[in-house]
Amino acid sequence: MRRSLQFLLFIAVSLAVFLSLPLHARHQQRLAEAVVKPQAAQLRSLHVTDLCLATEARYTRHPAVADRHAAFQDHPLALEHFPSGSLILPTTSARTKP
Amino acid sequence: MNRVIERHLNILEFTLASLLRRKGRNFSLLAMYLLVIFMLASLLFFVTALKREAAIILSDAPDMIVQQLVAGRQDLVPVAYAGEIARIRGVTAVTPRLWGYYYDAFNGANYTIIADDAAEPDRVSIGSGVARVRNLAVGDLLPLISYDKVPVMLEIGTVFPSASDLIAADLITVSPVGFHHLFNFPAGQATDLAVTVRNPKELSTIASKIASQFPGSRPVLKSEILRTYQSVFNWRGGMTLLLLTSALLSFIIFAWDKATGLSAEERKEIGILKSIGWETSDVLLLKFWEGAVISLTAFLLGTVLAYGHVFFLSAPLFAQALKGWSVIYPRFQLLPVVDVSQLTILFFLTVVPYTTATILPCWRAATIDPDAAMRY
Repeated sequence: MRRSLQFLLFIAVSLAVFLSLPLHARHQQRLAEAVVKPQAAQLRSLHVTDLCLATEARYTRHPAVADRHAAFQDHPLALEHFPSGSLILPTTSARTKP
Repeated sequence: MNRVIERHLNILEFTLASLLRRKGRNFSLLAMYLLVIFMLASLLFFVTALKREAAIILSDAPDMIVQQLVAGRQDLVPVAYAGEIARIRGVTAVTPRLWGYYYDAFNGANYTIIADDAAEPDRVSIGSGVARVRNLAVGDLLPLISYDKVPVMLEIGTVFPSASDLIAADLITVSPVGFHHLFNFPAGQATDLAVTVRNPKELSTIASKIASQFPGSRPVLKSEILRTYQSVFNWRGGMTLLLLTSALLSFIIFAWDKATGLSAEERKEIGILKSIGWETSDVLLLKFWEGAVISLTAFLLGTVLAYGHVFFLSAPLFAQALKGWSVIYPRFQLLPVVDVSQLTILFFLTVVPYTTATILPCWRAATIDPDAAMRY
């Protein structure tokens, strides 16, 4: 087979895999619905406010209910030093109090 | 029609041979390009899937959380506030929440401990992250030390599945009695109050009523909770901005390198092709195919690999970044989400500029005299 046809065949296969990604995603979402719903019901009673993305610091574990200055509150002249603190920013909401 | 296809096939054949002649250079270029696309597409998939998970999980979040501030710091809320807040018109329920953090000196992990009214005394449910670091299973005893320095042995009733890691990886749910005992928590106090209202449109009115009725209180609305996660995952968020900037900068550097000129060897090749009868359009088509071969391969492979990285391998590259010093960290078993519009933007931001950057300098070289091009 000509090299150009081999290349076009490779691109066609890659394109087919690429185009099947949304279909795979849709299929996985349908499969997961049955599992996710009971779990959500189990955890709903806990009134969860945050995702568990990082557990090293209180203000990155629960950024939604933490103060903007929580990172600097541990002691006088405390600096933010947890790695996840540079990735998970505090809330941007305009709260009436700090 | 057949002649047009045959012409393209012939030029593609020549392009592939030409690319393979400079194997080392072109493969390293392809690897670099693929890496940039892989990082950008991984970021896109990761952030989109996390946004979706956050929206689903936080749709069950309380309408409002009421915190108490003392001297600018969060403090415990008197449970008596719950009854008074419940009397405000529009409020349907107020639930005092008992929760806190437990530092495990044994392994340096931080656990989130929540009191669950449905939990039996001395029986706990733990997240899969806790089970992993303490090597525990259902029926085992979880030893903790209370704030009075008294050992507390709690039987594990349930281990939350790892599919719920994004909510519960570090979670331990105990009974309210167990919670008070573990933390020596004062009676009649709560960590904060979860407020449910009948009409979400009344939330801000109810929040201002609470703030004026209890001067030390701070209401946090559900919309603010959702906004926090939008800001974590939007393009200006720390994680996204860091990766986006580095990937885009690397892409700009090597697209710029392509656009600013041709090597002497490439100019000579163009000169020879023109002198043996190739037309300017043929040379441009050749260069178009050169750009298209590299960029299409990099885009398709990079995107498919990124999908596998995020949804089959649980995004180990990003998980490392979020892990930091955490002892317990979630496994990002995210449900696949593909945002076609974002992939289209990624295609037009990478493939189109690169292909254009390949053609432009060639157009300049292909329009001059073949003799001059060869002598350059």
